[in-house]
Amino acid sequence: MSYLFNTPEQQQQMLQTIGVDSLEALFSTIPSDLRLDRPLDLPPALTEMELQKHFSNLASQNVGPGDRVCMLGGGAYDHFVPAAVDEIARRGEFYTAYTPYQAEASQGSLQTFFEFQSLICQLTGMDVSNASLYEGGTCVSEAAFMAMRVTNRHNRVVLLGSLHPEYRQVVETYLRHLNCEVVIVPCKDGSVDPADVDAAMDDQTACLVIQHPNFFGTLEEAAELTEIAHRYGALSVVSYDPISLGILSRPGDYGADIAIAEGQSLGTPLQFGGPYLGLFSCSEKFVRRMPGRLIGQTVDRNGKRCYVLNLQAREQHIRRDKATSNICSNQGLIAIRAAVYLSLLGKQGIREVAELSCQKAHYAADQLTSVEGIELLFPERPYFKEFAVSCSEGADYLLRKARQAGFDLGPELSRFTFENNPESYQTAVLVAITEQRTREEIDRLVTALKA
Amino acid sequence: MRNKLATQSLFALSQPGRRGAQFPAADVPVKPLEELIPAQALATEPTGLPEVTESDVIRHFVNLSTLNMCVDTHFYPLGSCTMKYNPKRHERLSSLPGIVDLHPYQNQADLQGMLGLLYEMQEMLAEISGLPAVSLQPAAGAQGEFTALLTAKAYFEDKGEKRTKVLFPNSAHGTNPASAAIAGFDCVQLASSKEGLVDLEDLKSHLDDQTAVFMVTNPNTLGLFEKDIKQIAQMVHDVGGLVYIDGANMNAILGYTRPGDFGGDMMHFNVHKTFTGPHGAGGPGSGPIAVRDFLADFLPGPVISHDASAEEGEAYQLVTPPKSIGRVRSFCGNIGILVRGYCYLRTLGAAGLKAVSENAVLNANYLKALLKDVLPVPNGDLCMHEFVASASKSKAANGITAMDIAKRLLDFGFHAPTVYFPLVVPEAIMVEPTETESKETLDAFAETIVKILQEDPEFLHQAPHSTDVSRPDEVVAARNPILQCCDSE
Repeated sequence: MSYLFNTPEQQQQMLQTIGVDSLEALFSTIPSDLRLDRPLDLPPALTEMELQKHFSNLASQNVGPGDRVCMLGGGAYDHFVPAAVDEIARRGEFYTAYTPYQAEASQGSLQTFFEFQSLICQLTGMDVSNASLYEGGTCVSEAAFMAMRVTNRHNRVVLLGSLHPEYRQVVETYLRHLNCEVVIVPCKDGSVDPADVDAAMDDQTACLVIQHPNFFGTLEEAAELTEIAHRYGALSVVSYDPISLGILSRPGDYGADIAIAEGQSLGTPLQFGGPYLGLFSCSEKFVRRMPGRLIGQTVDRNGKRCYVLNLQAREQHIRRDKATSNICSNQGLIAIRAAVYLSLLGKQGIREVAELSCQKAHYAADQLTSVEGIELLFPERPYFKEFAVSCSEGADYLLRKARQAGFDLGPELSRFTFENNPESYQTAVLVAITEQRTREEIDRLVTALKA
Repeated sequence: MRNKLATQSLFALSQPGRRGAQFPAADVPVKPLEELIPAQALATEPTGLPEVTESDVIRHFVNLSTLNMCVDTHFYPLGSCTMKYNPKRHERLSSLPGIVDLHPYQNQADLQGMLGLLYEMQEMLAEISGLPAVSLQPAAGAQGEFTALLTAKAYFEDKGEKRTKVLFPNSAHGTNPASAAIAGFDCVQLASSKEGLVDLEDLKSHLDDQTAVFMVTNPNTLGLFEKDIKQIAQMVHDVGGLVYIDGANMNAILGYTRPGDFGGDMMHFNVHKTFTGPHGAGGPGSGPIAVRDFLADFLPGPVISHDASAEEGEAYQLVTPPKSIGRVRSFCGNIGILVRGYCYLRTLGAAGLKAVSENAVLNANYLKALLKDVLPVPNGDLCMHEFVASASKSKAANGITAMDIAKRLLDFGFHAPTVYFPLVVPEAIMVEPTETESKETLDAFAETIVKILQEDPEFLHQAPHSTDVSRPDEVVAARNPILQCCDSE
């Protein structure tokens, strides 16, 4: 086997040095009645050449965006990934390194994560960012935990009903066993009424979780909702779309306490849902309550600027059951991708990607609703790059017809459970348009749907 | 050689008007943004992202990358982390069109290749663990622990029991107690025996009808196989509790013994450790869990089911188990890492996997034998795939600490072992060579340690001497945290 280096002769020499007479004898501390007395029942081993054929076969059983035009959304988006992102992320010096516990041997990763933190702060207008969490859904739970610690209110969190339904499910899984009530404020006509939020808040609420743009792609009254949260002494947690901040007001600008996001859009391929990237930033005053890794700048013994893992005393390997979270490994390599992506785009590029996505999405919505039977589900609400349409012939019909023409739309809303599940959702699907979509593609879809 | 520009921050490189990516002009009629988005939702000024060219970006990050030690360039014997070689075929295959570009909400009929792969992965993990039901969803080992604890909790509640306690040895990974705490359990830490194993008497004294789960790493964090594991499991089962195996050390026992066979009810895998998902400078990992059949209904969804008699395109389905604890993350899991793990398992097969453990254990015991006179190992005669030595002797003799040795090793082109963990060994040096190292490398490493221990202690306190920076001041960093670029140097 090509991954194992020692020859049988070397193995014999090594066994001699150890003072045992066989490989088997090295396992003598495993009691014999606990030993597996047969080979594992696994598929046969394949050489690299055979494995590659096997993979080509598996891949050909999937139909990907290479085969169809991707207009799928719901928290994962087909944004363009510049070649330089892959080039950096594929460097062995980054992807085969580990958590930078020995700072001198890891200044490359450390400075990159430090710059990642800086880029996220610039993007969001927040004071501090950690060096990443797992993904967007778990970020909501980590934010809720942090809000509970900061406010010392452990029994109640309020979520907008327009939060991604899978994020909501994750929060419910995480909090159910802590006797923490998760209150959902129903979403009406594509967004949540601030008056309903006000009614749901009380002085025992740890945080209000807002998604803006929300799961349906529409905008919430994020600034007003943040004010409402603060009026009750709760933290405002905003889940944002990182691309949207090229044109939308930043969470830090309207006073959010914690800003979280799914960072997949920032240079990471779709890869069937993971690994993705949890972005987590907050106000400076909460920095010692933050979950996850933090990289800090310092000086070395010669006074030279350098970087270290900082404030580790909050973490599980030191504080054990009193830690801010159980998170150990984060998403270092995906954070590197995001750092390279944001560097390449810069302030002008992020604005262009956001504007292109927004303009093309509005063109697509105009064109799609010119098809008989297709309407915007929430015609009154402003949206960024994603919108819900209903189809009088049903969601399945629309998806099938689009698929036959070479387009993937969705997800269909009937896939999820919502707090108030209006009948109209049953015939609706999301459509997401990134900067990669062209007028020609949109027109072709519309022509096919009209046929 | 690198010049000063090489490690300047991105923000210092920024020049107004530079750019690293360009996008085509809009090909649709463009409306004023204010017509599309309400004014109060729009940004009043652009973000503060830097303005640099693509060549700036490439040179900057390539230069930074050269400041790293990594598995591709250096021996990386970081105990407990299993830094083995990352096969390059995995990177190519996981990037294939039809693998890397699948959206999580595509039609299932269009995903049969991917779902089939993941189903096969579930089956292989079940066989390797001896535990029949698998959920691939957890994003990392620590999330696997948390997920399994919630699964156990749901199981007890389903039986009408409310158990409150999770027990773990004092040598446990910090994630064990942290996961138990966020799952809402009370944490109980157990003493270790003189041999560095679970102290059966102490365990016994804490077992009662409130015991939900006993969490144990086997082989344990000292690199020793818990020889009494079957009896331990029986004791936990006798009070109605469940045994959780932290799978961090699975690399030592593949094909030799299985958690399901020695009494475990639940476990997680660290795909990035055992099955060579690259560690990515701190992630992504992947932490699927395997459980006994009576826990299967409680697993988080989705899991992948297979119905051979289904219509074409429907054989593999994403399903949520009937009494599921819910979701622990969005979508299906860290698929890109699972695909790499799948490649590894398909490359090795049963015999190859067993050889992995044999060579990992051989390498660890060989290195231990080479070092035992200068760095004594307090616990155990034979170790599994790693061992914990102690620098106490050298510290007492001439003040050379575990940290000094770790830092000086960097000068000789070796990454340092894990130091000061596990906490139960003073001046701990935890070495894990893995199976992908040659005898020549191990010999050179051992010789270097012997040499270091003969060096001037004062010189060692100042080590490393050849790296770009040396001994960063962590106290200053913590006292006055600087967490983002605040200047344009």
